Amino acid sequence: MKLNEIIKLVEGTILTPELNFNINIHGGYGADLMSDVLAASQPNAALLTGLTNPQVVRTAQMADFRAIIFVRGKQPQRETLELANQEKMPLITSPLGMFELCGRLHKAGLPSFELNASE
Amino acid sequence: MPPNRIRTEQEVYGRHGRPITDQDAHEINRVEELSYDLKIHEVMSKNLHTASPEISLSDVLKILRINRISGVPVVEDDKLVGVISIEDIVRALRNNDLTETVAQYMTRELVTVASYDSIVKAMQTFTERHVGRLPVVNEEKKLVGMITKGDITRGILVALQKDYKEEEVRRYRASHLFEDIVSDRTTLVLRYNIKSQNFTHGGTASSHIKRALLRLGADAQIARRCGIAVYEAEMNLIIHTTHGGILKLEVEPHRITMSTTDDGPGIPDVEQVLQPGYSTATDQVREMGFGAGMGLVNIKRCVDSMDLESTVGKGTKLVMRIHIPTENLSGRKEE
Repeated sequence: MKLNEIIKLVEGTILTPELNFNINIHGGYGADLMSDVLAASQPNAALLTGLTNPQVVRTAQMADFRAIIFVRGKQPQRETLELANQEKMPLITSPLGMFELCGRLHKAGLPSFELNASE
Repeated sequence: MPPNRIRTEQEVYGRHGRPITDQDAHEINRVEELSYDLKIHEVMSKNLHTASPEISLSDVLKILRINRISGVPVVEDDKLVGVISIEDIVRALRNNDLTETVAQYMTRELVTVASYDSIVKAMQTFTERHVGRLPVVNEEKKLVGMITKGDITRGILVALQKDYKEEEVRRYRASHLFEDIVSDRTTLVLRYNIKSQNFTHGGTASSHIKRALLRLGADAQIARRCGIAVYEAEMNLIIHTTHGGILKLEVEPHRITMSTTDDGPGIPDVEQVLQPGYSTATDQVREMGFGAGMGLVNIKRCVDSMDLESTVGKGTKLVMRIHIPTENLSGRKEE
């Protein structure tokens, strides 16, 4: 699914306008625990999270995420924005809550890229 | 870089309804970036052919033909007074007027661009004024060149080519490191000093390591595994050590070794810290999304072998190894 389509679905606002939003997102992952993100994600997904510190960008970069969507209208810190621009990680903020966000994207056909315990 | 501006719907949602591939998007983005980065003086033709207002149109035609150009600026006493182009000459031809002077047919309405502006400014001016070429002036309003759409296309192509070559050369040099340097055992060692409690920059070293591995030709999956393991280890140095520590990456053709060493406080019970969920992290660390007691467990999952040694009061050493399938690092797989 195109990131642009996702932005429409989640009523998102682009926070890093100089980055590329015409990219393909293969799945979604929602979490606030970065260790979980590192442990159980698959590459090329969008990360939905309520955390806004620079570690979110680093985590996303290490685990090969393609974009970060902040839930409930959260605005990242300045350092987070700077790092995202530097590392070319697109940031979006959505007014929707985590559950609603995951629900909408899943319903629209975006698969979960979070590994289950058995995988 | 382009200034912070809101993208138009067309820019965000694609052009003319045509689906855009990832590759397209990357290139469009780079071209867009270049149109802000490249300055007019970098792409304009400085090799100036000019005409004076008194010469005949048939003389101008000769200048245009010999130099294979479609228009020239008209200069009188070192001052730009107009532009004479093939369109003006066609108008004169219709009147059978080629013996007339440039002054009679030149375009006097002067639209110029500044040499220090970005090429996007020239592109806007071409569209707004429906012209194909523009005289370029410097800070003192003196004519220094001409710019056409062709110059812009050429300038962008040259810049794209340069980008491509630079990254290729970097990758080529890095990936041939192990082939070009002959020894019985070649190891590339990278060291990073990690400061305790420096959360804002946490992950910088890991980010450098991941990029280095990709440049060296490691495939995406191996780079990701190393990246995740070394990032958890880097965060551990930041969160738990007294004085920070050293993060080291050793790359050999057949394996990657990552290690951290610190001088304290040390771990009282190594078996205990390897239990999933065991954590001594503060609330501050937990608020950042770490400290769930999963770090070492994650590392273990990402690497082929992990060794943890610690002495309370002395320090901790963590060694992580990933074996590289033959031909992965030195003979990079083409994707």
